[in-house]
Amino acid sequence: MDLNLIMYLIPSLIMFGCGVYGFITRKNMIAILISLELMLNSVDINFVVFNRYLFPAQQEGMFFTLFAIAIAAAETAVAIAIIINVYRAAKNVDINQITKMKF
Amino acid sequence: MDYSQFLMMPQEIGLLVVFLLVFLYDTFMPSKSHKGLPLFATIVFGLFTIYSFLPVPDGSAFGDMFESNKATWAMKNILNIGMFIVLLQSIKWTNSDFVAIRRGEFFELMLLTLFGMYLMISGRHFLVFVIGLETASLPLATLVAFEKKYYESHEAAAKYVLTAVFSSAIMLLGLSFVYGITGTLYFNEIASSVQGNKSLLLIVALAFLISGVGYKLSFVPFHLWTADVYQGAPTMVTSYLSVISKGSAAFAFFVILVQVFGAAYAPVWEWMLYAVIVITITVGNLFAIRQRNLKRFLAFSSISQAGYIMLGVIAANAEGMASMMYYILVYIFSNLAAFGVIAVIERKTGKVTTDDYNGLFKTNPWLAFVMMLAMFSLGGIPPFAGFFSKFFIFMGACSTGSVAIYVLVFIALVNTIISLYYYLLVVKAMFIRQDECVIPAFKSHWSEKAGLWICSLGIILIGIVSCIYTGISNITNSDAMSTMFSMIQQ
Repeated sequence: MDLNLIMYLIPSLIMFGCGVYGFITRKNMIAILISLELMLNSVDINFVVFNRYLFPAQQEGMFFTLFAIAIAAAETAVAIAIIINVYRAAKNVDINQITKMKF
Repeated sequence: MDYSQFLMMPQEIGLLVVFLLVFLYDTFMPSKSHKGLPLFATIVFGLFTIYSFLPVPDGSAFGDMFESNKATWAMKNILNIGMFIVLLQSIKWTNSDFVAIRRGEFFELMLLTLFGMYLMISGRHFLVFVIGLETASLPLATLVAFEKKYYESHEAAAKYVLTAVFSSAIMLLGLSFVYGITGTLYFNEIASSVQGNKSLLLIVALAFLISGVGYKLSFVPFHLWTADVYQGAPTMVTSYLSVISKGSAAFAFFVILVQVFGAAYAPVWEWMLYAVIVITITVGNLFAIRQRNLKRFLAFSSISQAGYIMLGVIAANAEGMASMMYYILVYIFSNLAAFGVIAVIERKTGKVTTDDYNGLFKTNPWLAFVMMLAMFSLGGIPPFAGFFSKFFIFMGACSTGSVAIYVLVFIALVNTIISLYYYLLVVKAMFIRQDECVIPAFKSHWSEKAGLWICSLGIILIGIVSCIYTGISNITNSDAMSTMFSMIQQ
């Protein structure tokens, strides 16, 4: 069976949608972070697939993906450190409880 | 590889040298002399600010990924001035025992975020732009969480980092569509390949890109993090977030919209931006009226100021760019003066609400006077710089000559009048209202005084010394920039 461009793009867009859905509905901050990772990874798939199928002569999308993975790793590290700090301060990572500052 | 290309980026290299000096001081000096680190960092950065006024070569490096011209040079100098004032005002705060073990980290992270902003301004390839954006926003998240013993700081940092990652994911999705359509990520190659044909997917990508950068600039549908983060962060970091990070993002936004999407898509993004500007200015103003915490109040005020900055972008010509850079320069001085006063009073008494400022003029006349200057300048009252910056940005927007933009300028003008109400509420509290428990008279540290002096002089002089606006205007009207603007008129 031939795999074409659209067969990669649809799963990646579903992944992105799942990420957005999880970011909005989840209450646990770690789960929100996992949703964010889903979104970033689906973007990486997009870049690689576009590069492989549409512009195979060059490597720009691949290199962008490498950098995007590194940036995503740094983002996760910072976010987890901050979540641990929140847990120490509030003994909780439920975003319904982290609402001291409001309108 | 041709290493002489690094000579194209003298400002970036200078900033890295400052960073390394601060890092080496922090690592290798004996712990007794660590009290001197804030002063050392400020002096070295001040010398760098003077050095970076040296002219830079025009041109591009690293296969057009990096561009250096007079406009990026001027923008980086504007950011340097603001950064110097922030560092000067934070000397006393970072010298307290509370931040003793993390004193160096504060300065190192600040300098790194500034480096990221330089890349955003000069990058002419989306990879460089994204790396710059992340370098500018990730260390800022850790800086927001800097006050370890203060619960709000952690809450603010969590909100900031989650929304920042969410926004950059959305922006990256837009970029992947751009890459899929054009097959390149260089600004000039995208511009030449999208010329003439309109694709719907690229309009979607443009919307994603605008929302991604809109988070950083806190436009209204994406502004919900702003007030909480500004309130929870240490006041010095808040002032940095509100002026410098916003100014650099606005400049990069201008370059992307005009240079990349200027040729075929200008009508598309101008209407997107039109709607965003109207609600940003209005909602920012209306929400600012009901805030009692001064940091939240300035957060909403800065949301509406971001809308005014975008008036320069929607003009998309040389006048628009000049007035935008001038607006950012004036905004740096006015906002840093306001935050400087808030920081001094918060450090001495811990009070941050408007009601605490009742009768401040009786006990601390100078602080009240500087705060009044800042509020007048933010509101745009004539002899001060804020009036001239608002005047030029309206002129820049009107220079396009379209009726829709005249309507937009009229809406912005009405909003200026609304904003006077809440800016003058603070002045009224300080000068007219009385209270039993007034903030007692105190002496501020010399560094804070110096920072407030620089800000006050800037507020008074920048509007009157007309060569500043003329200089910026000459830069954006030069031949080097005209190629960028010539595309949009086609």
